[in-house]
Amino acid sequence: MHELAICYSVLRQVLAVAASQSVRNVARITLRIGPLAGVEPDLVRLAFPIVAAGTVCADASLEIEVAPVEVRCRVCDATSSVRPNRLLCATCGTWRVNLVSGDEMLLASIELMDAPRTSQMERIDV
Amino acid sequence: MCNVCGCAGDSDHFHVVDASAGGGASTPVVFEKTARQVEVMRSLLHGNDHQAAHNRAHFAAAGVLVINLMSSPGAGKTSLLEATIRRLNDRLSVAVIEGDLETENDAIRVRAAGAQAVQITTGNACHLDASMVHAALHRLDLRPIDVLFIENVGNLVCPAGFDLGQHRNVVLLSVTEGDDKPEKYPVMFRAADLVTVTKLDLLEAVGDFDPGKAARHLQENGSTAPVLRVSARSGAGLEAWIDWLVAEADACRANAAANAQGHPGQHKHAAAAHA
Repeated sequence: MHELAICYSVLRQVLAVAASQSVRNVARITLRIGPLAGVEPDLVRLAFPIVAAGTVCADASLEIEVAPVEVRCRVCDATSSVRPNRLLCATCGTWRVNLVSGDEMLLASIELMDAPRTSQMERIDV
Repeated sequence: MCNVCGCAGDSDHFHVVDASAGGGASTPVVFEKTARQVEVMRSLLHGNDHQAAHNRAHFAAAGVLVINLMSSPGAGKTSLLEATIRRLNDRLSVAVIEGDLETENDAIRVRAAGAQAVQITTGNACHLDASMVHAALHRLDLRPIDVLFIENVGNLVCPAGFDLGQHRNVVLLSVTEGDDKPEKYPVMFRAADLVTVTKLDLLEAVGDFDPGKAARHLQENGSTAPVLRVSARSGAGLEAWIDWLVAEADACRANAAANAQGHPGQHKHAAAAHA
């Protein structure tokens, strides 16, 4: 269950960005994860609210884009979508391929909600 | 017009009621709903990667080859290390960082075989990360060491995701586990720079492990890692493994020497990083 460790790592990075931009809260966090990253999106979705509780990310929606597993053949140059445990060229069948997508593990973007514009209002810390 | 606060905006923005405003009437605070989007595009494990790079600088400064040993529990990592230490005895100096959930058993075995060992007990953590290795490496004197093995927690899943600062990943596959493990655990086996098929002395007793099939499954995962067949008990195949280690250690030392010449400040910087 290293997804919890991954969620802590994401949270630390998002909090660092939020702290540098006087942000009231974080509305959305988008990750891009490939099946060959060894990270299970469903477990990340379960774990994230646990680590985000009590922070400016507590109400953030977590979007996970699952990248396809794709290889480009070094023999015939075809690009194919393949299964994570069968990285063979779908056109000519060789194993001499380069992975072009599928092992990503990225914090892609964050959507930030700005602090209140009304100056007389007290800042409400979340 | 917004039908909550009466402002000129549309109704698609947020209202937060400030409880501290007196007079009974609550005052809405208006936020733009469409917030700023910030592109980040950094690894989910950015912090670990940063620490791993720092570890790598320590290793480069000491000219030490670092091997991350990974496998399922019981595949024979510690037995292979014991046999390796005894055979390398006069040629290379070895140290080991041991990772287990509990006990110092493996570190005791490694010390009895004649190498320095530091045990990390992770509690319930299923993998080592770069900061755990960093804490351990400050308990070792790296200067006389040629090869540092990091024996990861026995697990074919999580350890593959965490860079420790190592130069090479070696993944063990014992004949008692079955030849389809690379097909079942593609992420781990794709990470391997070398695969050792271990417990070769049990091949006949197991009966249905086909080393050729294991190699084929590896290839289908896109792995180009060489496969060595070894038995720590009988000593079969260990010479090729030792030769590989010696060649890697030589290359690592040559790299360190070249870098030291090219960048005279580098040694000092890495050594001072955590003085």
